Amino acid sequence: MPAPPTDGPRDDGRDVLVQPASEALLAPERDGPVVEGDLVAAAATDTHASTRALGLGAKLAMGWMGLMIVLAVFAPLLPVGDPEKTITLDPPCPKVQTLGRTLEVCEITGLGPFADDGTAPGYLLGGDGNGRSMLARLVYGTQSSLAVATGAVLFGMLIGGSLGLIAGYFGGRVDTILTGFFNVLLSIPAIILALALVAFLSQQSAKGGQASGLPRVVILILAIGVVAVPLLGRITRASALQWSQREFVLAAKAQGAKHARIMVREVLPNVLPAMFSIALLGIAVAIVAEGALAILGVGVQPPTASWGNIIAIDRSFLTSGSPHVVIEPAILIFLTVLSLNYLGDVVRARFDVREAGI
Amino acid sequence: MRVVQFVVVLWLVATFTFALIRIIPGDPIDILLPTQKSNLQAKAKVKEVKEDLGLDKSIFTQYVNYLGDVVTGDLGKDYGSGRPVTDILKKALPVSLQLMLYAQILALAIAIPLGVFTAYRAGTRADRALNATAFGFLAMPNFVLGLLLSFIIGAELKWLPSVGYTPGWLDPIFDSSRTGNFGDHIQSMILPSLTLAVGQIAVYMRLLRSDMIATLQENFITMARSKGLSDRRILWRHALRPSSITLLTVAGLNVGTLIGGAVVVEVIFNMGGMGKAIVIELNEKQYVALQSLILVMAALFVLVNFLVDVLYAIVDPRIRHARAAH
Repeated sequence: MPAPPTDGPRDDGRDVLVQPASEALLAPERDGPVVEGDLVAAAATDTHASTRALGLGAKLAMGWMGLMIVLAVFAPLLPVGDPEKTITLDPPCPKVQTLGRTLEVCEITGLGPFADDGTAPGYLLGGDGNGRSMLARLVYGTQSSLAVATGAVLFGMLIGGSLGLIAGYFGGRVDTILTGFFNVLLSIPAIILALALVAFLSQQSAKGGQASGLPRVVILILAIGVVAVPLLGRITRASALQWSQREFVLAAKAQGAKHARIMVREVLPNVLPAMFSIALLGIAVAIVAEGALAILGVGVQPPTASWGNIIAIDRSFLTSGSPHVVIEPAILIFLTVLSLNYLGDVVRARFDVREAGI
Repeated sequence: MRVVQFVVVLWLVATFTFALIRIIPGDPIDILLPTQKSNLQAKAKVKEVKEDLGLDKSIFTQYVNYLGDVVTGDLGKDYGSGRPVTDILKKALPVSLQLMLYAQILALAIAIPLGVFTAYRAGTRADRALNATAFGFLAMPNFVLGLLLSFIIGAELKWLPSVGYTPGWLDPIFDSSRTGNFGDHIQSMILPSLTLAVGQIAVYMRLLRSDMIATLQENFITMARSKGLSDRRILWRHALRPSSITLLTVAGLNVGTLIGGAVVVEVIFNMGGMGKAIVIELNEKQYVALQSLILVMAALFVLVNFLVDVLYAIVDPRIRHARAAH
């Protein structure tokens, strides 16, 4: 397979920016061997330093992500109404000009801020293409979009991280096989791979009947998660490879510790920072991926809302006088991805000695 | 050696697409023709599919036959419309290829001057403003950007077509009946190419900037300065080439992103390329055709990666010699 001259992931544009994270640990900050007591102390000073270094941008980004998490977690408790119910307004209804006549319309289909036919009274963000409350759909959409993205990244970290740790720690033939596996997965364009997995997994579950079939959200988590496996795997491997050659690992081996214990207790804690900064960027990529899959018709299954499928289903309303139907979820995606990218950069800069030294 | 790896990866990808349908437990015919088991006409179709795919034979025979079909260019067909996949490809592939090519050229044409400029003016207000803009565009998914461009420049301002596609120079090579006015072709491609390029511009610019800043601190640049060469000459003739190797590599490897992006952008702009073809086969539940389309996209990516790898060795003599030494 074509070996990329760079060691970072190469499948997504964003990953180019991510790349230094894998090199971050090539030049660890502390020279001494990490023993457990030392780690606790290091963690304490790290936390202190990170709060001190946080700029306004990072605070805004954290605030926005906090808000999104609250919306996602507490969606059913918030006073936003039912996201799947078509709203019927109480008379008097807004008047709409159609073909020279004035009609009273009691449904809020396509009404909203900036819409040609005016706003929907009582519904701040207007109605979608089926006359449902945009506010409710956006809040519940936050829930499914974040659930898919976080789930996918956790899956990728669990599988990719474990495989990468094993590859980096053992090296040799194990490393060759696992790296080869990552490269084959990377040789299929990410969106195409995710699309193929969703299409065929949902076909399988439809066959087994509704009872045994996997919900679409779980299928999306698996599909996007599988795409994330080689990306996270390679980063973890590169990092684990470096740390596994350090003296404290040798010391642990000399004391007769088992491989599993060394990997989990000695190598893993050092590899985690690199994985974490990638995870933040990964969630951003996964949110966009769900949107792209929705455009291709395999996103979160309607009537359940997600940011992606709100845009995908009603995108024709953009040009027919109701741009808010697309613009509102687009703003949420934009700000969330921006915040995650920014936070990812902040976390990475903290562990990237090369860049921090300049 | 490169060629062997290339073939091995292609083989693994083909195996993967083969497995997509077969590893699912149960009768593959339920997946391939989920709704058509009842009436008489459908029964004939089921028989046809079973014979085409050799479903009554062993899985190993099916696998060997599948690989044979792929190698000889038989990619199956859409059992709903009866169209062979190769016919679908003749129409769809040139659209996607041209879109990716234009997007890549556009991205490099915009990103290289910006990267050089921001490296030269590193730390100034202009540099920070451009970097912040690039960072912002990175957070803009291509489907959102595409919809906004189509809406604002296409539908509202009416400067360019908001959706649709006119065949260009590559289409007649695949299918001689598809010809179009070249001016119309370019007009129909501007917004989609720009949509696809914007994400890459941000990546390429930031990459070139950081490499260029490192190059500008090298001794040979100080040397050139002390000879009294103009800044312009130093930047473009001395500093750009050694700084652009990472950029070119990433531009090559980024084709995977471009393929994925093109699929989505085509659907947004209703262009009838590979993306549209995939959506159609998906909606029609034509999994044989879908499987082949996925295989083609993956093969394209593997091919480009292979070519980049070969070109890279030609461009950079250090790599050629390092490989020869192995």
